[in-house]
Amino acid sequence: MSGSTIIFYLLAALTLVSGLLSVITRIIFRAAIYLLFSLIGIAGIYFWLQYEFIAAVQIVVYVGGIVVLIIFSIFLTQQAGELLPKQKLGRQLFSALAAFCGLALVMLQLVQHTFTTTSNTPIEPTVANIGAQMLGIDQNGFALPFEVVSILLLAALIGCIVIALKSKPENNL
Amino acid sequence: MQPGLYHILFISTVLFFIGVFGFFTRRNLVTMLMSIELILNSVNLNFITFNKYVWPNKLDGLFFTIFVIAIAAAEAAVAIAIIINLYRTHQSIDVENAEEMKF
Repeated sequence: MSGSTIIFYLLAALTLVSGLLSVITRIIFRAAIYLLFSLIGIAGIYFWLQYEFIAAVQIVVYVGGIVVLIIFSIFLTQQAGELLPKQKLGRQLFSALAAFCGLALVMLQLVQHTFTTTSNTPIEPTVANIGAQMLGIDQNGFALPFEVVSILLLAALIGCIVIALKSKPENNL
Repeated sequence: MQPGLYHILFISTVLFFIGVFGFFTRRNLVTMLMSIELILNSVNLNFITFNKYVWPNKLDGLFFTIFVIAIAAAEAAVAIAIIINLYRTHQSIDVENAEEMKF
């Protein structure tokens, strides 16, 4: 058992355990912190797979952006020290049953399927290769989806401002 | 045994169904959003793994992951704007209290 394998299992355990705790804890702030550790574990798995660019993007966008946004919204909407209400046992039981059945189905398909790999020479996922293909306009380029996503981000930005804007009272007679 | 494709697919499958379980049991909008983030992350892990082990001669899975991350960021921002607006009008972000979709 080499060091790389041990690191992989540690990252897997970090991701899964903190993901599970984030879903079942009743303190909402703690749920956000467990989510943070789960996302860091996934970024670690990307590093383990030697996809450094996507790991950096994961840390910057998820850990630095989305989790901070979630923590801010918790501060704005929750009372301090209040536990989440306990759910009905039946609902929890049926949710666990549904999730477990789906898991069993997918795992069954997974162990029966054998994936064929190509023998072509691999492309290194370096930033130069990613950037050249991302902005390329030949048939392998991703310039059009890039532009569409940028329009989507602009629309989301304006939409957030419009939704969260405090509306003036209309009947100020 | 060196961990490979199946190990990472196992992780992403388990993470996906942890997210599904959270989405079913939680009744608070912020925690439901956290479950959605877990689901999206498991999908990203799947894309990267298939790119690494099944099609190493292309970068398509990586680009899908980048676009999914961008869309997830936009989705989280819009969802939190809606949640804060809902809290302003209802003083609660429980889905049971937000059943009338009108203003």
